[in-house]
Amino acid sequence: MKSKLAEPRQGSMAAGLLVILLAGLLALGVAATPVAGQVSLGGQGSLEFRGFLASPLSDIQGRGDLSFSLHPELYFDAEGGRQMFAFEPFVRVDLVDNKRTHVDIRTLSWERAWNKWELRLGIRRVFWGVTESLHLVDVINQTDLVESPDGEEKLGQPMVNLALVNSWGTVDFFALTGFRERTFPGLEGRLRAPFPISTKEAVYESSRGKGRVDWAVRWSHSLGEFDLGLSHFSGTGREPRLVPHIPVWGSPVLVPHYDLIHQTSLDVQWTHGGWLWKFEGLTRRADSRHWAMVGGFEYTLNQVFGGDADLGILSEVLLDSRGNDATTPTQDDLFIGSRLALNDVQNTQILGGAIVDRLSGATLLFLEAQRRIGNGWTLNVESRSFWGMDSGDPLYGLRNDDYLGFSMTRHF
Amino acid sequence: MKKTKRLRRHMGTLGIIALGSLAIPPMSLDAQNGGEVGPGATSTEGPAASLLSPEALGLEIAREADRRDTGFGDFTATLSMVLRNRHGEESTRQMRMKTLEVKDDGDKMLVVFDEPRDVSGTALLSFAHRTGSDDQWFYLPALRRVKRIASNNKAGPFMGSEFAYEDFSSQEVEKYTYRFLDEELLDGTLTWRLERYPVDPASGYTRQMVWFDQEEYRVLKVDYYDRRNELLKTLTIHGYQQFAGRFWRSERMEMVNHQTGKSTTLVLGDYAFGTGLTDRDFDRNSLTRVR
Repeated sequence: MKSKLAEPRQGSMAAGLLVILLAGLLALGVAATPVAGQVSLGGQGSLEFRGFLASPLSDIQGRGDLSFSLHPELYFDAEGGRQMFAFEPFVRVDLVDNKRTHVDIRTLSWERAWNKWELRLGIRRVFWGVTESLHLVDVINQTDLVESPDGEEKLGQPMVNLALVNSWGTVDFFALTGFRERTFPGLEGRLRAPFPISTKEAVYESSRGKGRVDWAVRWSHSLGEFDLGLSHFSGTGREPRLVPHIPVWGSPVLVPHYDLIHQTSLDVQWTHGGWLWKFEGLTRRADSRHWAMVGGFEYTLNQVFGGDADLGILSEVLLDSRGNDATTPTQDDLFIGSRLALNDVQNTQILGGAIVDRLSGATLLFLEAQRRIGNGWTLNVESRSFWGMDSGDPLYGLRNDDYLGFSMTRHF
Repeated sequence: MKKTKRLRRHMGTLGIIALGSLAIPPMSLDAQNGGEVGPGATSTEGPAASLLSPEALGLEIAREADRRDTGFGDFTATLSMVLRNRHGEESTRQMRMKTLEVKDDGDKMLVVFDEPRDVSGTALLSFAHRTGSDDQWFYLPALRRVKRIASNNKAGPFMGSEFAYEDFSSQEVEKYTYRFLDEELLDGTLTWRLERYPVDPASGYTRQMVWFDQEEYRVLKVDYYDRRNELLKTLTIHGYQQFAGRFWRSERMEMVNHQTGKSTTLVLGDYAFGTGLTDRDFDRNSLTRVR
């Protein structure tokens, strides 16, 4: 199996490198030609500590976790922003979990906008969708799961993206050259599955393995109070199934299985007064066909508590027709949350909420808070707590992993 | 449908700037010639009063001001804000702004934040509308996410400053009803004094008192009265310069909050008119390229 995949993997690597090389060459061309432009250098460096409130399930897991990350950003833009070259490497060094120590190229891209179309080449991140509790239709980039259990951090994806800009909306075509595997916490890390995940043995349904070129097309448009997106993706799905495997010798492991999927999705937001009504839905064909949706609202009250603060109320329903076989932990859940923005000089913001399984009552509580310190620093506090996870719950392995995390970030 | 101009509230600088170029309406010429300057010269005493009610005269002045600033096409500028609390502690913000004039509707505006560094690359895209809600999108660079936001938070502070979103937004004629008060000497400049009343119930103000200079109809000063009709803030506008031979823009605005003792200085610069911007520089695709 491994040897069979070796060649396609190199193929994917080659395709990805070609795209990157092309982007780099174009960028060099841009830099070399006398185009008026400007270079900007910025980024963040962050020190993060996470403390876990309960004893780990396994003795080799730690009680706490200290890490450092660096995310420089280099941009060159020209022609009043019509042309841009971007480079954003990312590195995290974790003192406890060696799988969290990793390097990624988040962005290495060249983009050029013409009147009716845009071309974007290289490694990029692309976001689709409108909902808050789950990014259901956001399928282009792989999740960098070691970064955060909420799945919001993404790995850079090599691509060729052509956008046709019309009065009736933008049509984006994507050729995704080279599959990125999901990252998983290591044995010493917390917030992981109960068994080790053997990423080296990952199984691909596609005979080309990681070398398959995936395709996507998306139409997006803003029509009055509505923002619409209709997308189709055909390729290796980003969410693996974790399949138990018991080797002839040694202990059981979980092997990621990446299926071929063909999925059509719709995302809609209706913005009316203080109300944001949101919907994401998809139908996906893999072995069989299933559907999933997230829908709900966000309503914001302004100038609450006699001051400048805004208070948002959020609620979303999450459904997945696969039930307990879903590759996401939310198959019949209700999300209720609140967002408080103090609108002060320090831009203090707090987001808290609960995602409750409507059948089992299992509940994920979370809190995220942020405040600016001085002019170049931010303090982030993040907490997650897992309640009532029974042995059938996808998050059962996290039942002892309630944590409180702090990170101090320098923005430069 | 509310008449909230959300877009404008974010972009407000544009609006205040736009107000700077008021024209002399035909009726006010009468008032100017026949009226007196000084405490006794109220609208009820001038010849204008015989022609127009104070409400109609106020509206005429606002309309002419708007007409005088029509036709700029597009412009770009840099903005820097210094926020001061009552103890004199300061913090700063840096932004860049692009504006596109839209025929028969409100303007399109893109503001990109440079400082504080933690919001660097964040962008706000606004499409103002004369009637109905404005459209606003935030671009959050960390997630590469374009997020449509509610635009009814007019009264909220912009970037933690003493400027509310609605102060910062483009001051479309239709956003207020008006009443002409009188003529007044303001620091040696002959001015018209109007009151204007926000149409949108979501506004943080019951009324604003506005001073226009009679020469060019530029806004020199605004007093803002809160929902309890108490004096909340005073804006003074300084250093007007003319661009493209027509359009007046200021280089500095001072906003003082009388109730909290906080203040904000907004410095504008690097104005460029007729830079060739098009709708394509103000669409959702353009947001992912801003830096």
